[in-house]
Amino acid sequence: MTVADERLAGTGLARRLLIRPELGAVVGAIVVFAFFAGQSETFRSIDGVANWLDPASTLGIMAVAIALLMIGGEFDLSAGVLTGSTGLIMVILSTRYGLSVWTAMLVALVVALLVGFLNGMIVVRTKLPSFIVTLGTFLMLQGVNLGVTKALTGTVQVSGLRRAEGYDQARALLAGTFSLGGTDFRVAILWWLGITALATWVLMRTRPGNWIFAVGGDERAARAVGVPADRTKIALFMTTAVAAWLVGSILALRFTSVQANAGLGQEFVYIIAAVIGGCLLTGGYGSAVGASIGALIFGMADKGIVFLGWDADWFKFFLGAMLLLATLANRLVRRYAEEVRH
Amino acid sequence: MSATGDAPAPREAGAETPAPKGADAESSVPAEAGGTHGTRGGAGFAVPLLETRECGKTFGGVIALREVSMQVRAGEVTCVLGDNGAGKSTLIKILSGVHPPDSGVYLVDGAPAAFTSPRDALDRGIATVYQDLAMIPLMSVWRNFFLGSEPSLGRGPLRRFDVARAKRTVRRELHSMGIDIRDVDQPVGTLSGGERQSVAIARAVHFGARVLILDEPTSALGVKQAGVVLRYIAQARDRGLGVVFITHNPHHAYPIGDRFLLLNRGASMGEYGKADITRQELTSLMAGGAELEQLAHELSRDEPPGGPKRTL
Repeated sequence: MTVADERLAGTGLARRLLIRPELGAVVGAIVVFAFFAGQSETFRSIDGVANWLDPASTLGIMAVAIALLMIGGEFDLSAGVLTGSTGLIMVILSTRYGLSVWTAMLVALVVALLVGFLNGMIVVRTKLPSFIVTLGTFLMLQGVNLGVTKALTGTVQVSGLRRAEGYDQARALLAGTFSLGGTDFRVAILWWLGITALATWVLMRTRPGNWIFAVGGDERAARAVGVPADRTKIALFMTTAVAAWLVGSILALRFTSVQANAGLGQEFVYIIAAVIGGCLLTGGYGSAVGASIGALIFGMADKGIVFLGWDADWFKFFLGAMLLLATLANRLVRRYAEEVRH
Repeated sequence: MSATGDAPAPREAGAETPAPKGADAESSVPAEAGGTHGTRGGAGFAVPLLETRECGKTFGGVIALREVSMQVRAGEVTCVLGDNGAGKSTLIKILSGVHPPDSGVYLVDGAPAAFTSPRDALDRGIATVYQDLAMIPLMSVWRNFFLGSEPSLGRGPLRRFDVARAKRTVRRELHSMGIDIRDVDQPVGTLSGGERQSVAIARAVHFGARVLILDEPTSALGVKQAGVVLRYIAQARDRGLGVVFITHNPHHAYPIGDRFLLLNRGASMGEYGKADITRQELTSLMAGGAELEQLAHELSRDEPPGGPKRTL
């Protein structure tokens, strides 16, 4: 009985590959890599790789968290601004109130968890679309970020993290570099890979993973068989908030200063990366690896355009085009996957 | 409900069918309920798995269900028949623990049930398979099968979904129910309606259901697919489960049912044993039977005798 049905013989490897949500992103990544690598020597050198993996890493951490949330059927528009908020809290507390970097990070984490919890709580209690709820938190956080920063510093940025206690260790852990083949890579790349692996494991091999697919696929059906849908969703919002905290901390430690409008506009890039990675906007389908590859495509395009000496404005055009192509490809793949086989 | 007291009841109900619905249907209820009670002791020695005694439910000013009495016994199929709005869904919700009844008693294994959620009912072995929310289309058969009750491996932070065991179990369970599904990895969305219902039934049986409440499992299906589902209902019955089969199709209910509860406008029109009722009687008693006669009557003449504007 452990042997698969004999009628399966014909389906084969091709179909199994085609119904993977990541497929579109993998093809896209290969095309984008070939495009830039073919025209730029720097792009395909090991230093170039280290260079474009850097933006991909911080974006990737967020894209993976957003992908989980989207598979669970929700959006979070406040995630981008929250990376700014956590960075600001961290820098303000450690430069103006004498806290160590570690303590400041801990406070920022608590705030982030609280924001995530509130987002989740409001969504599951009111049943309002998360798009609206998090748009609200997004605007509120944006206002607080600007208001508090201006009130405290009179400018729109806080800086001086380098002098704070515990900065060097925190930087080594989150924003340092590691050497590989004589080239320095950002340590954030390791965080990104680790988080992608962890998220994939949770999604594919744990009970909460099954619940995430279920609440996004059909929440009522999930509830009917006893899935703790509310808890799953709140946990997803909190996970996104933790990812925002991690990315906010990485960026703050790297640049030692944070702009009051940091992270603004990034929320859509996360969602786009997740969609390119195969996440359906309607929930219930997608993958963490796909979202990571989506982030990789952005990293390559972001730096590749610079390497080719193009105007960086073209990046936006590229963003939109990728999104449209990916959504179309995903729709085809999904239809193929769902097609009734008799 | 095989005792003598019920024999005249179908005729009584049949006699009143030409009369307009409303007050008459209401007045017949106490008699029916009384009959049900009188025969309960004689119907069998085992305590019924589920029993409602004159259960009622009101939502605001709307009486959704009144004084409905029924029984579900192990190894038997109790069919609940009624048209839209007859109170079938309300009855299911009481049986499956979604709502407590406002009046009357609901007994599980002879003791009053105090369910606060469907989970409580599930823990007592009462599983409900809803027509529309049985499965999640984008998830594979094995993920759906174990949703909410995933087998685990390891402990602490390494606790994980035992995927190999899940797939193995699903193949075995489906096979033992005679359900023929090619690949447990395929998304449920690719299954036909009958296959989906069958998987949901197999799931409930696997998770130790003693009572299976099936909400219109055949209504969206074609003749052949409905037959497939009816066969699995019989399988579950033969395994000793008590089955509550909700339907509005007497042709699906009659071949498989051991007892029949007829509902109309929230009230019981009686519970019948199979020996006490014929397929024709069941069909004409079913909501619509009386109306259909009336309708045929109206359509055949230029001037209907009753209120010509009556909405059906």
